[in-house]
Amino acid sequence: MSVVAIEKLTKQFAQGNVVALQDIELAIEPGEFVSLIGPSGCGKSTLLRIIGDLIQPTSGTVMVNGKPAPRARADHDYGIVFQDSVLFDWRTVSKNVALPLELLGWDRARRKTRVDEMLALVELQGFGDHQPWQLSGGMQMRVAIARALAFEPPLLLMDEPFGALDEMTRERLNMELLRIWEASKSTVVFVTHSIAEAVFLSTRAVVMSARPGRIADIVEIDLPYPRGAATREEPRYFELVTQVREALHLGSDLDRAVADV
Amino acid sequence: MGALRRAVVSGATVVAVLGVLVGAWELYRWIWISAGWTWPFVVDDTSMPHIHTIVQALFQHPTSGFGDILIVQLFHAALFTAKEAVVGFAIGATFGFLLGVLMSQWRVLQRGFLPYVVASQTVPILAVAPIVVVYLGSLNVAAWFSVAVIAAYLTFFPVAINTLRGLLSTDRRALELMHAFAAGRWTILWKLRVPAALPFIFSALKVAATASVVGAIIGEAPSSIQDGLGGYIVNFNQYYTLSPQNLWATNIIAALLGIAFFLAIVGAEKVVVRRAPEHVA
Repeated sequence: MSVVAIEKLTKQFAQGNVVALQDIELAIEPGEFVSLIGPSGCGKSTLLRIIGDLIQPTSGTVMVNGKPAPRARADHDYGIVFQDSVLFDWRTVSKNVALPLELLGWDRARRKTRVDEMLALVELQGFGDHQPWQLSGGMQMRVAIARALAFEPPLLLMDEPFGALDEMTRERLNMELLRIWEASKSTVVFVTHSIAEAVFLSTRAVVMSARPGRIADIVEIDLPYPRGAATREEPRYFELVTQVREALHLGSDLDRAVADV
Repeated sequence: MGALRRAVVSGATVVAVLGVLVGAWELYRWIWISAGWTWPFVVDDTSMPHIHTIVQALFQHPTSGFGDILIVQLFHAALFTAKEAVVGFAIGATFGFLLGVLMSQWRVLQRGFLPYVVASQTVPILAVAPIVVVYLGSLNVAAWFSVAVIAAYLTFFPVAINTLRGLLSTDRRALELMHAFAAGRWTILWKLRVPAALPFIFSALKVAATASVVGAIIGEAPSSIQDGLGGYIVNFNQYYTLSPQNLWATNIIAALLGIAFFLAIVGAEKVVVRRAPEHVA
């Protein structure tokens, strides 16, 4: 059974009659790491939010783990990470990670055990009692990831999580994310506008084009795991980067062609 | 810079500003009296007594030898007024907070209530106070409690308005996060909206704390309460031409009471609100 199954999905925003997404068909299998990549305005974040039942589609169906998206959300099937870490200032790092566990009604002892495990997973042992603002941007993002994965959701939604970080931190967190993903065995949907990031991380890159947002191409990324710094220097990596880039450009040419008609 | 050094520097600044204000008062007085200027008002010992006369008045018996020295009498009066103000503040802040929460949760209530909440503050407190005193007096409620209700009337407004504003300005992504975790409306309110609104609520509480002191003092006049600062102010007002320094001295004590209330809220905020340094006003 697919973790995500999207059929004939269309999203039209009432204001200005903008067609944000048109005829989206996508199936994501368990354990996949799928990137949504495209120019701004291609609806990739909107698609992520529709999968997460944070926005309602205009038409079409979104099934998550065989259930309609609202049911999946109520069942706590989602972990979510945004570009901004969105940590709560008034909670310590540990309490931030424990937030979803509190919402699930876990008792204190069970929460503490899990929080410790999660902080170890993102390599932030010893930072549990810090306030979020005492941490660097990269560390804050790791806390956000730990929070999203704390209750072992079957599906992790990430909306440009490393977009605001510098290139060095971003590459390091990319590698950490792969390690965490392999350890947690969850399925990831990852929105990005970085070709390098999409190729390095994903099992598949879904290339989108804008106005209206459509899937232009889906590129299978057949680089073997575990991937590391050396992966970025392999010829196959560069071929795939080129392939994604061409798919993106084809998509935007298509835009222009449509605009010209 | 260390916390201690910061405290010393800010303490010294406060004292220096006080010195400048005292100096300005005395300088203004001296220039206007020696030049004989009468605009905007005539300056003499009645309109602007010497600062040292005012301070001396605090340590003298206000009425020819009977009773305690003024500062002791005013201290007891301030405690009495403080009781009214604290109770009024507690009632007003609680009511204002609950009103803000209700209005934030139901848009219909916000549309329906907000005009009346605003209208309540356009009615002069001097017009409301006697009505409260007469009404509660007929229910055999202690007079000081009527004064507390008047203080609450001034207190609830800033708290209600700022609570509403704080609860409605929650970060959109934080709300999405809570939705993704399938948190319900009340969970979102207590775990996200209220803690995120605390800086708003505390800035309202600071305004409300000083307003509750003003409300208590004003409320004492129509209630004919003699034991509080308001009673002393009414009394000294009648004898202003004889001994203006007594009214000024009472004003100083009233101001100190207001400052004490303000500082109490600042202290509570330091304990309760844990925010990134740039969020703390």
